[in-house]
Amino acid sequence: MIDEAGHFALILALCVAMLQATVPLVGAARQDAALTAWARPAALAQFLFVAIAFFALMHAYAVSDFSMANVAENSNSVKPLLYKLTGVWSNHEGSMLLWVFILALFGAAVAVFGRSLPPGLRARVLAVQAMIGVGFLVFILLTSNPFLRLSPAPADGAGLNPLLQDRGLAFHPPMLYLGYVGFSIAFCFAVAALIEGRVDPAWARWVRPWTLAAWCALTTGIAAGSWWSYYTLGWGGWWYWDPVENASFMPWLIGTALLHSAIVVEKREALKTWTILLAILTFSLSLVGTFLVRSGVLTSVHAFATDPRRGVFILLLIVFYTGGALLLFAWRAPQLHGGGLFAPISREGGLLLNNLLLATAAATVFIGTLYPLFLNVMTGQRVSVGPPFYAMTFVPVMVPLLVAMGVGPMLPWKRGDLAAALARLKWAFLATAAAAVVTLAAAGVRSLGAACGLALAAWLFAATASELAERVHLFAEPLSAVLRRALRLPRAAWGMTLAHAGMAIVIAGITGSNAWSEHTVLSAHPGQSFDIAGYRLAFDAVHTVRGPDWTETRADMRLLAGGREIAVMHPYRRFYTSEDGDQTGVAIRTNLLADVYAVIGAPDGKDGGYVLRLYYNPLVPWIWLGAAAMALGGLVSLSDRRHRVGAPMRSMRPAVAAAARIQAAE
Amino acid sequence: MSRRWVFVLPSALFALLVGGFYVGLQVHSDVLPSPLINQPAPRFSLPPLIGGQRGFSSADLKGHVSLVNAFASWCAPCRDEAPALDALARSGRVAIYGIDYKDKPAVAQAWIEALGDPYARIGADDGRVAIDWGVYGVPETFLVDRTGRIRYKHVGPLTDADVSQTILPLVARLDR
Repeated sequence: MIDEAGHFALILALCVAMLQATVPLVGAARQDAALTAWARPAALAQFLFVAIAFFALMHAYAVSDFSMANVAENSNSVKPLLYKLTGVWSNHEGSMLLWVFILALFGAAVAVFGRSLPPGLRARVLAVQAMIGVGFLVFILLTSNPFLRLSPAPADGAGLNPLLQDRGLAFHPPMLYLGYVGFSIAFCFAVAALIEGRVDPAWARWVRPWTLAAWCALTTGIAAGSWWSYYTLGWGGWWYWDPVENASFMPWLIGTALLHSAIVVEKREALKTWTILLAILTFSLSLVGTFLVRSGVLTSVHAFATDPRRGVFILLLIVFYTGGALLLFAWRAPQLHGGGLFAPISREGGLLLNNLLLATAAATVFIGTLYPLFLNVMTGQRVSVGPPFYAMTFVPVMVPLLVAMGVGPMLPWKRGDLAAALARLKWAFLATAAAAVVTLAAAGVRSLGAACGLALAAWLFAATASELAERVHLFAEPLSAVLRRALRLPRAAWGMTLAHAGMAIVIAGITGSNAWSEHTVLSAHPGQSFDIAGYRLAFDAVHTVRGPDWTETRADMRLLAGGREIAVMHPYRRFYTSEDGDQTGVAIRTNLLADVYAVIGAPDGKDGGYVLRLYYNPLVPWIWLGAAAMALGGLVSLSDRRHRVGAPMRSMRPAVAAAARIQAAE
Repeated sequence: MSRRWVFVLPSALFALLVGGFYVGLQVHSDVLPSPLINQPAPRFSLPPLIGGQRGFSSADLKGHVSLVNAFASWCAPCRDEAPALDALARSGRVAIYGIDYKDKPAVAQAWIEALGDPYARIGADDGRVAIDWGVYGVPETFLVDRTGRIRYKHVGPLTDADVSQTILPLVARLDR
């Protein structure tokens, strides 16, 4: 009954979305307030219906209703409740429903929080958003319907993928989707602006909080995904440049560029068309990210062959949304009035450089990800593009970006003085040199690359700190005055400081992990001990532990430093009886400077020995600490008061005049 | 005028990209050419799934037309093609050999027993032999002629239609 209600609600959501996609557009074009006003209630109703559908499916998972084909395939009655619920989005159909749910959630948020938006703009934004909703609701109902019944219902479900029974993985897709789908708002604002024919500082200020929110979620989602692969896959690595990771990284890079270019539109009325293009591209890359990976075009031809209808449908959707937006861009963007030229050495010049470098970085990842696909199409050859490609193309783009990140915030708007800015960064130069010298002295000349990486991290951190110190007049005024200034600093400024400092910490983590990670693979018997990076690991015993649907081989290990026990570690290997699957449980001991990481493998086949893999990963925890600081910086910036109360007023030109201007320009 | 073209550029690049994707979707996986077609099958010798039985080696392919099927118990499409393979085995038209790809032998053995065993011989492969065959995922199926040359490659699960329309006619031609 509840399932049918969910199915029905999904169909109703489609009907509402169709109205929301058309009526407000007509209203806005005719300046008909009654029709324009349809947008808000429609967005709320669409969200309500999608929410009913989503929670109906979740209910079916919670009560293990195996008469639902989707539940029978992807759940199992012995799963813990938490993983039954998160099982909703661990499969294609359910994750599409989650996608649409988040899309409708953002639409409802615009309807609720977008009170200060001019009604015409709001109506157009919501209408464009509903167009996206229509496409994906049709996609779900026609090709990926999670509400289909199964008769006769099986006694138990078949789905118990052990890898998915993990908190990290259970919550990282919703985070990624919040990011991906959140960028749809920036996209809708861009398309609405193209339809209206105007982009002004007020527009940029409205777009910014939505972009920031999506960016925070995506940053968190990517970091969580990388952390998950670090502690569950058991290979000691945290980033593999595989297509799935790249697919989330590309919208992040372009989204970061968008965050920065929107500032230029807001402050200087420049880079308008570029910002519009970035908003379109960020969401388009999110679409490519969500679906091409899911459809299997990139990862495996086989997975894709299972249902070619889906692939073609998704491609059509991408053609419609991205292609439509880009054509609109080609038609309308030339008529947007730009803010004219600006000096290269200035804040906006720095932000433009940031944009060019981030876009180039995204392009290298794009080429690396898609080259194998296109080569396969043209010649039938199969290649894989690995880390060496990215070391040669991506890293050289990031280095100038990080250098510029230190200087840019020091430059004033309109016209800056590079020499003066560099002079104000004298402490940062000192910190950079010190980091390089200390690294070389401690780790030897062979660590030249690591010294460069840490010097870059020190540069960015110290430059960011210098900028903050200068803003609060540190050392120039008494402490109480400094504190007062710090408290009065706009939250956006604190956000930038946190995010840039977080980036510096991430760079230090990446450098340490690449330069000094150690690992050994050995065949061990209980009772033996091993030395790794100054620690001693005592492999004491192996037990067998039984759970509801698994058996586990669990090791007891003690980590010793200087003969003293500092931690107990229990790496395990768990076999799931119902799925013939196994899961690696990594034991990690961290002191926030370095991780000792132990994995127990299969028995080595010789009288009770086991394969052990031991890793020492210095500075790796900083990667996630830094990423957390970046996401936190985004949130702090999001709480800035100008996003809440500074309801910007547009210059009161009526929209008719804008339309007339466009016609005149044509 | 030239400025306008800059704005059309994103659409043009996107059109190219979509064209690429479209062609990518059209290249149906089972007509991907394999560079190994008409080449001698690689030389290999694989151990059996469980001790006592005989493994599978390139010597087994000589003298008759054979079908080599790369599969794994963890692969869902392999389960889909099991009935078609079973029917083909029962028809007795061609000898079927299995390369069990990156699998746990005991699990694979149980899997085969549950689904019906179409294989004359099975070899357990850690992935190295499959690389020589140019396998990039399971299931993949090869038709090998009497002299031990690979004559046809099928990517993805075999259906009854594939067997009756493609495999059996080819077997009949190679048998002549």
